Amino acid sequence: MTDVRSDHGPSPTDEFLKGLWKENPVFVQVLGMCPVLAVSNTAENALAMGLATMFVLVLSNAVVSMIRSFIPRQVRIATYILVIATFVTVVDYVIQAISLDLHKALGAFISLIVVNCLILGRAEAFASKHGVGRSILDGLGMGIGFVVALLCLGGVRELFGSGSLFGVRVFPDQFQDWVVMILPSGGFFTLAAWLLLFNYLKQRRARPGPAVEVTS
Amino acid sequence: MNASSTATPTGTWPMYRAMVGVGLVCGILIVTVFRVTLPVIERNQAEALQQAIFQVLPAARSSETFQAVDGGFRPLGAAAPTGELVYGGYDDSGALIGLAVEAQGMGYQDIIRVLYGYSFEENAIVGLRVLESKETPGLGDRIETDPAFVRNFERLDVSLSEDQTTLAHPIHAVKTGEKEHAWQVDGITGATISSKAIAEILDRSGSAWVPRIRRALDQFRKADQP
Repeated sequence: MTDVRSDHGPSPTDEFLKGLWKENPVFVQVLGMCPVLAVSNTAENALAMGLATMFVLVLSNAVVSMIRSFIPRQVRIATYILVIATFVTVVDYVIQAISLDLHKALGAFISLIVVNCLILGRAEAFASKHGVGRSILDGLGMGIGFVVALLCLGGVRELFGSGSLFGVRVFPDQFQDWVVMILPSGGFFTLAAWLLLFNYLKQRRARPGPAVEVTS
Repeated sequence: MNASSTATPTGTWPMYRAMVGVGLVCGILIVTVFRVTLPVIERNQAEALQQAIFQVLPAARSSETFQAVDGGFRPLGAAAPTGELVYGGYDDSGALIGLAVEAQGMGYQDIIRVLYGYSFEENAIVGLRVLESKETPGLGDRIETDPAFVRNFERLDVSLSEDQTTLAHPIHAVKTGEKEHAWQVDGITGATISSKAIAEILDRSGSAWVPRIRRALDQFRKADQP
């Protein structure tokens, strides 16, 4: 793992903000691609999936950080997975209780939050080495970054694929929906377009100095 | 590799303690959440089914669940729902309107589950609702959203053959705009397989259930109704 910083490193604000832009889980670290591509065919699904992931991420970060001195190194990954799987199961039941339609739309992908490498990645690379407060901030930042990224994809795909946004018709009825955008291939196209834009903006910002981003 | 600042114990006991301790707490949490959400989830499921019943039998105002038993049907009442179920729909005065029946079959991607409403008076399917489908978004899922396709099921003829054992005319899908008879399903261009699948599901389920239901017509009537 690359990121080893002491608790005296970046300020809490930076800890929170890094997930939004500089280390955005989707656009920079390119983590958790399975849900990103699969569930981002409408803005609503993207938002729900993002919030569910964020919830699990914040809670697992907090708990992993809390119990980090109690967990022997040899069994840490198994323990983190146990903690993450617990929260995912909780989210699964809570979503079923809130709305069956939403649960139907997110389908199998809720259970797959367990293996979203973003969550295990933050537990191992951050929460297991930092205090509870910072770990929660990190989880919140990364979670919001994930939600925003999913919304970017879901918004564009729904707009062109169904001519609507959050289920509300935006384009006139004459608009011929680009069906490809809601199919899996549309997810790849949209992700590529966003990565292109993100990297272009980053390079323009980076002035002449070297700006090499090392991600794991 | 691990830069943790805390000295981690490496004996066997701390490892057992960590795994068993965390497992125990997680187990308790999961079971508690399950117990708390279960009644809400069951209520949601029952409500979703009720909604679907009233959607496929638009004239119905109340419903009752029936269980298929040897040679007939009996009201399920408060018993646990098991076996083959059909749902009777009644109007304001309690008169029987029709039945809602669940059916399923293979679609393009996966199994499609539908609920359809059968009207005794019209001898036809008067409503269809897709309960579960994983058809391709934008193409196959138009079986739920395409208004022209949905109109097929406002009155789809399922009258019985003379010997009352099967449908007089098998339900089948035809190409868009070529529907001539009340038992044909006008297909969707671009979703041929999914629309054919719906027609096949209805044909198979209809030819099995409609004769059975009609034979047992009186068992669905409420006692004080003609």
